[in-house]
Amino acid sequence: MKNRKTGYVPTKEPVTFASKALEFAKNNTVPLMFILICAVCIPLSGFSINYLLSEIVTRISRNSFLILSLLIPIMAGMGLNFGMTLGAMAGEIGLILVSDWQIWGIPGMILAMIISVPISVGLGIMCGKIMNMAKGREMITGYIMNYFVNGIYQLIVLYAMGAIIPIIHSSIILPRGYGIRNTVSLLSMRQSLDNLIAIRISGIKIPVMTFVVIALLCLFIVWFRKTKLGQDMRAVGQDMEVARAAGINVEKTRIISIVISTVLAGFGMIIYLQNMGNLSTYTAHSQIGMFCIAALLVGGASVDRATIGNVFLGVTLFHLMFIVAPSAGTTLMGDSMIGEYFRVFVSYAVITFALVMYETKKRRASSLAGRALAEAQKASGEAEK
Amino acid sequence: MTELVKSSGNPLMDSIRSFARSFGLPRLIIAGFLLLLFIMAPFVGANFFTQLSNTLNRFSWNAILVLSMVPMIHSGCGLNFGLPLGIIAGLLGGTIAIELGITGAASFWMAILLATPFAVVFGIVYGFLLNKIKGGEMMIATYVGFSIVSFMCIMWLLLPYSSPNMIWGYAGKGLRTTISLEGYYIGALANFLQINIGHLSVPTGSLIFFAVMAFFMWAFLHTKTGTAMTAVGSNAEFARSAGINIDRTRMLSVVMSTWLGAVGILVYEQGFGFIQLYMAPFNMALPAVSAILIGGATVNKASITNVIIGTFLFQGIVTMTPTVMNSMIHMDMSEVIRVIASNGMIIYALTRKSEVTR
Repeated sequence: MKNRKTGYVPTKEPVTFASKALEFAKNNTVPLMFILICAVCIPLSGFSINYLLSEIVTRISRNSFLILSLLIPIMAGMGLNFGMTLGAMAGEIGLILVSDWQIWGIPGMILAMIISVPISVGLGIMCGKIMNMAKGREMITGYIMNYFVNGIYQLIVLYAMGAIIPIIHSSIILPRGYGIRNTVSLLSMRQSLDNLIAIRISGIKIPVMTFVVIALLCLFIVWFRKTKLGQDMRAVGQDMEVARAAGINVEKTRIISIVISTVLAGFGMIIYLQNMGNLSTYTAHSQIGMFCIAALLVGGASVDRATIGNVFLGVTLFHLMFIVAPSAGTTLMGDSMIGEYFRVFVSYAVITFALVMYETKKRRASSLAGRALAEAQKASGEAEK
Repeated sequence: MTELVKSSGNPLMDSIRSFARSFGLPRLIIAGFLLLLFIMAPFVGANFFTQLSNTLNRFSWNAILVLSMVPMIHSGCGLNFGLPLGIIAGLLGGTIAIELGITGAASFWMAILLATPFAVVFGIVYGFLLNKIKGGEMMIATYVGFSIVSFMCIMWLLLPYSSPNMIWGYAGKGLRTTISLEGYYIGALANFLQINIGHLSVPTGSLIFFAVMAFFMWAFLHTKTGTAMTAVGSNAEFARSAGINIDRTRMLSVVMSTWLGAVGILVYEQGFGFIQLYMAPFNMALPAVSAILIGGATVNKASITNVIIGTFLFQGIVTMTPTVMNSMIHMDMSEVIRVIASNGMIIYALTRKSEVTR
């Protein structure tokens, strides 16, 4: 074992098609696995291609914005931002207030976004500061932050709204006089963004305006990467110590990345909910982080690297699986619950797999770096002789 | 009372401050809150002894689940968010014991026996995985737990259980979400030597069982292997140079934690009276984690005292807040308070400076 380790020589294999294909498969295990699952499940589910396409288009327009909000913290080396749920809650508070004020349609959405911004920024700063105190454990901290802030959200929405924050509309408030009902209907806001410019191609509705908004966000992210701040974030993501030595305010940069992500997640949640048409006050946000992160990982992203391409590939494959799994399960096992549980299991398994891959890669990289350093020292020692 | 402290000069103030620092401010707040609840209980018409028995009962259900955190914290694997894995082993043991038709208190011991091989196998696989990803244990543990729970959801439907007490009546297959333990191991420990005086009832058997487990854990931590485990957790480099096999020690701790998790859920069930399957084990890790943290443990230090204090405080708040709060302000805010306090505690512990083994 020891001999093999010290006698480590990086051999250059001849680049053949087979080795290239193998390398490709190794780097894209998750997307390939999902393509396989979908390929098996689609015929079993018995859905028509038209139905699947229209569902996928809807889901891309519904979820992409939320998933895109995850990209910036990954750039800053803070991993998958499980704390994006904080933004989602801010967006929901915005929507609740707006629907109480009976402002509907696009103006309502914009107002909800404006309301969500200060809340998101506040929560983002708090989250960023806490994550700075827990460096190296950002993900688990963000994950627990969800639960913590969810408690505060419930405190505000279930007890303070109506009692302290004036809520007047009886369709929103609980009969007891304070607290918000389990569901807030957003019927008058339903798909107002989607229907602003919508075209139909062979029965498939394409919400052009939503896609324009998503495209704008993509452009923003591409542009942001090239700005000074974006460059700083990448430097921080590469190596915090080096970035600090280069005069970058590491802590501040990290906080900003979380704040941007939280604000975007708030907008994303509003876009998501206008598509759904109603808001489950206490549960809408609880799973959103998990689904967005799973979708991003399915697209081939990892904890330290994610592109816009990953987002769209991921949202397509993940939701395709989500649509077909229950009915495929019914066909295969005679029980729709099996399909339901299967898709939940796959979501979690994908995240687990991606996290394990990331950690093993990190460990291998650090041990390789150590080995390279040892080799270099040995070489320089021999040269001195 | 605070006036008294302030006026009594600096030395006392300093000692209180240093006590608060070593004990941790959040812990002090939680302990004070519970004390306040106990004091207020009689004024709002709740019987003190009923409250105390409730707290003691819930303590006896949960204590071993909290104890299962200890080995992994000691070996530097962090907080065991992967507790559902052990719980699944316990559930398998419990359901198989019932399937075999064993009744009464014997089914409890049989369940533990049957859960053991599952716990050991799960623990070895899980420990092998955790050894590959040192430094990222907690996040991965969380998702390993979630994955196994959702995987077992499928299995509960597919596994060939046939006991009519456990499967869905109309479908004739698939386990129910909640299985009553009436006739099986309900109160297997709690009813043993139970003391009932007026409103006070003490589940002596469960408490003795916990005491025995806790004693074994304490004794184990003082053996050579146990000391090695602590050494691995507090300073991996030192442990390696002392010739300790780090991976094997960590593996052992994970197996122990998983097995204790399995026993823990069985003890919980015998008190609670039901087996809860499917998504029920999903969020069982967080209360146990926050309980041990409230008791004074950190991400890489934990003792039996932390387990006892933590479980008592946590379960005390869980049982007391609804009663006291409801009768005081006619608002059930207990759930929200519990969520904020327990998760706030976990965040507090995660942000404390401590060595992360990589």
